[in-house]
Amino acid sequence: MSEGIVYWLQQLLNALQLGSIYGLIALGYTMVYGILTMINFAHGDVFMIGAFFCFLAAVYLGLPFAPVLLLTMIGTALLGVAIERLAYKPLRHAPRVSAIITALGVGIFLENFTLALAPYPKHIPALLENTNWNLGGVSVSSLQIIIICLSLGLMFLLDYVVHRTPVGMAMRAISWDKTFVPLMGVPVDLVISVTFAIGAGLAGAAGTMYGLAYPVIDPYMGIMVGWKAFISAVVGGIGNIRGAMIGAFILGGVEIFVAAFLPSTYRDFVAFALLLVLLIVRPYGILGSPRIQKV
Amino acid sequence: MKSSALIETKEWLAAQRWLLPILILIGFGLAFAIPEYGLFNKYVQLVMMYVGINIILAASLNLVNGYMGEFSLAHAGFMALGAYTSALLTMKVLPVAEYPGLFPLAVLAGGLVAALFGLIVAVPSFKTRGDYLALITLAFLMIVKSLIENIDVIGGPRGIPGIRKLTTLPWVFFWTVLSLWVIRNFVYSKYGRGVLSIREDEIASELMSVNTRRVKFLAFTLSSFFAGIAGGLFAHLLQFISPRVFDIIKSTDVLIMVYLGGIASLGGSILGATVYTVLLELLRPSTVGALLSWLPDMLFDPLNEYFIRHLGVWRMVIMPLALVLVMIFWPRGIMGLREFRWFVPKRDLDAHQHQHHAERENPHDASHRQ
Repeated sequence: MSEGIVYWLQQLLNALQLGSIYGLIALGYTMVYGILTMINFAHGDVFMIGAFFCFLAAVYLGLPFAPVLLLTMIGTALLGVAIERLAYKPLRHAPRVSAIITALGVGIFLENFTLALAPYPKHIPALLENTNWNLGGVSVSSLQIIIICLSLGLMFLLDYVVHRTPVGMAMRAISWDKTFVPLMGVPVDLVISVTFAIGAGLAGAAGTMYGLAYPVIDPYMGIMVGWKAFISAVVGGIGNIRGAMIGAFILGGVEIFVAAFLPSTYRDFVAFALLLVLLIVRPYGILGSPRIQKV
Repeated sequence: MKSSALIETKEWLAAQRWLLPILILIGFGLAFAIPEYGLFNKYVQLVMMYVGINIILAASLNLVNGYMGEFSLAHAGFMALGAYTSALLTMKVLPVAEYPGLFPLAVLAGGLVAALFGLIVAVPSFKTRGDYLALITLAFLMIVKSLIENIDVIGGPRGIPGIRKLTTLPWVFFWTVLSLWVIRNFVYSKYGRGVLSIREDEIASELMSVNTRRVKFLAFTLSSFFAGIAGGLFAHLLQFISPRVFDIIKSTDVLIMVYLGGIASLGGSILGATVYTVLLELLRPSTVGALLSWLPDMLFDPLNEYFIRHLGVWRMVIMPLALVLVMIFWPRGIMGLREFRWFVPKRDLDAHQHQHHAERENPHDASHRQ
């Protein structure tokens, strides 16, 4: 193959890897928004906590990859439910701004709490044996394959849960109408907690995989990644699960290809400029539908 | 009995509106006297200046987030624009070494540049509201930060070191009073009513022939102008600025001050900024150590070993936790939707009292009020 194509394929693979991590986090944002119309600004920090759980499980418990992933997902799921019950639930009927501020506060709390306990960046040990294959000049690592496949698998699983199971039906019902669905006997509190658990669990999985791909972790790593995932969710149309996945791969692609052409310091600039243009041109995202404001 | 006496005192004080200009004059005199005669040590003076700057920031953000009911995260971005503009002016253009009186010009220029960008942010607010507008302001902040990082002439990610220390207590006091005065007059003007009506119901206010576009332009411009002013003062106090200083955390700080103090209240912004700034300073290990140094060594040493020494890290954990608790148990903040009566124009007070009486006499007729 010519050098140009090899280079592009290589970048495409990197974009897929980044996009699948963004996608897992974006799903948490979009699910919570869909059901509560609330931006859970602390979600990026739940992802960061996931990476730290992964570090703890790998170093102090010495577990291999599969149990580490499982433990991390359970840990962050519990954290997500705890945040929802303690911080967001009391504010469900308060003005929306209070919920946003609280979410920001929870995020800063998680960052600084982690910083107080772990002042220096940590290094996650290699949990998987990494082999590199050379496919016609494109170097493919087993880690990349695992990250992409596992993320896609989790995404399809979630899509199945939301569209084909009773819990998913309850979620969609609550996001459709918050007043009458409880009257039909749907346990709203339980469904909301399950939503947070699933979203946070996926963020935990993303944290683990991010930690394997980029092993140095610090308490502030969740901020930028969280915002990028959030942009993905908005690009795809927030509240729309399939849209979040598409948006994540678009953003991953844009970031990788921008870094290929421009100095990498322009990456954030382009990502946020994309968000700005999109919000002005098509504020409801790619798959979202415009909300009609009634008088 | 005691509480009624307290209320009476409060009512009497609220009626003495002539005290406000006198208090401002006394404050101005003190602002000159404190550094001149060293009434407080340098650290306390520094904290006082930070309080002033934070009051400007909180009051100006309250205009957009409180009075207009939008959610802007861009305040740190406007601050950065003001800080960089004024710092570059005093370092490269204006001969402030010979004429320190030129400093307010630099600050003013910083405010104007920030206001110009405020106009840009106002445009998308015509069509978008709520969460999506919050995102646009966030994107604006990130773009400003990223642009500064990528322009090497102004230091790029390294920032600008060695800015002259031109911010003094009298200047901070002057700009604080000026910003409060302008924002107060704006809020109680015709356009200010427009701002409030946009918060309550944008479509209805448009139907009542409020020119919502002009109102939004004005509110965003004014808010960003004073954020730029605060940025200029901040830069010449800290003497070093870099893009990292003006990140999302800085915006969050100001948000906390606004909501802690209470939305749509200048008195709230003053209290919120003061309480937040002073509390953060009080939680510093050196301050706590100094405050408790009168304790006998037997008590002080273990306290220091297990508690005070670690505060430096934990104070940033305590603050967000306090914010969450305030939001849950005290969602209106200190002054939420109330105001120092000295700040409210006389005609508004009278009108308010009328309405109050009417409601008391005819409760079923009472229109719904906040």
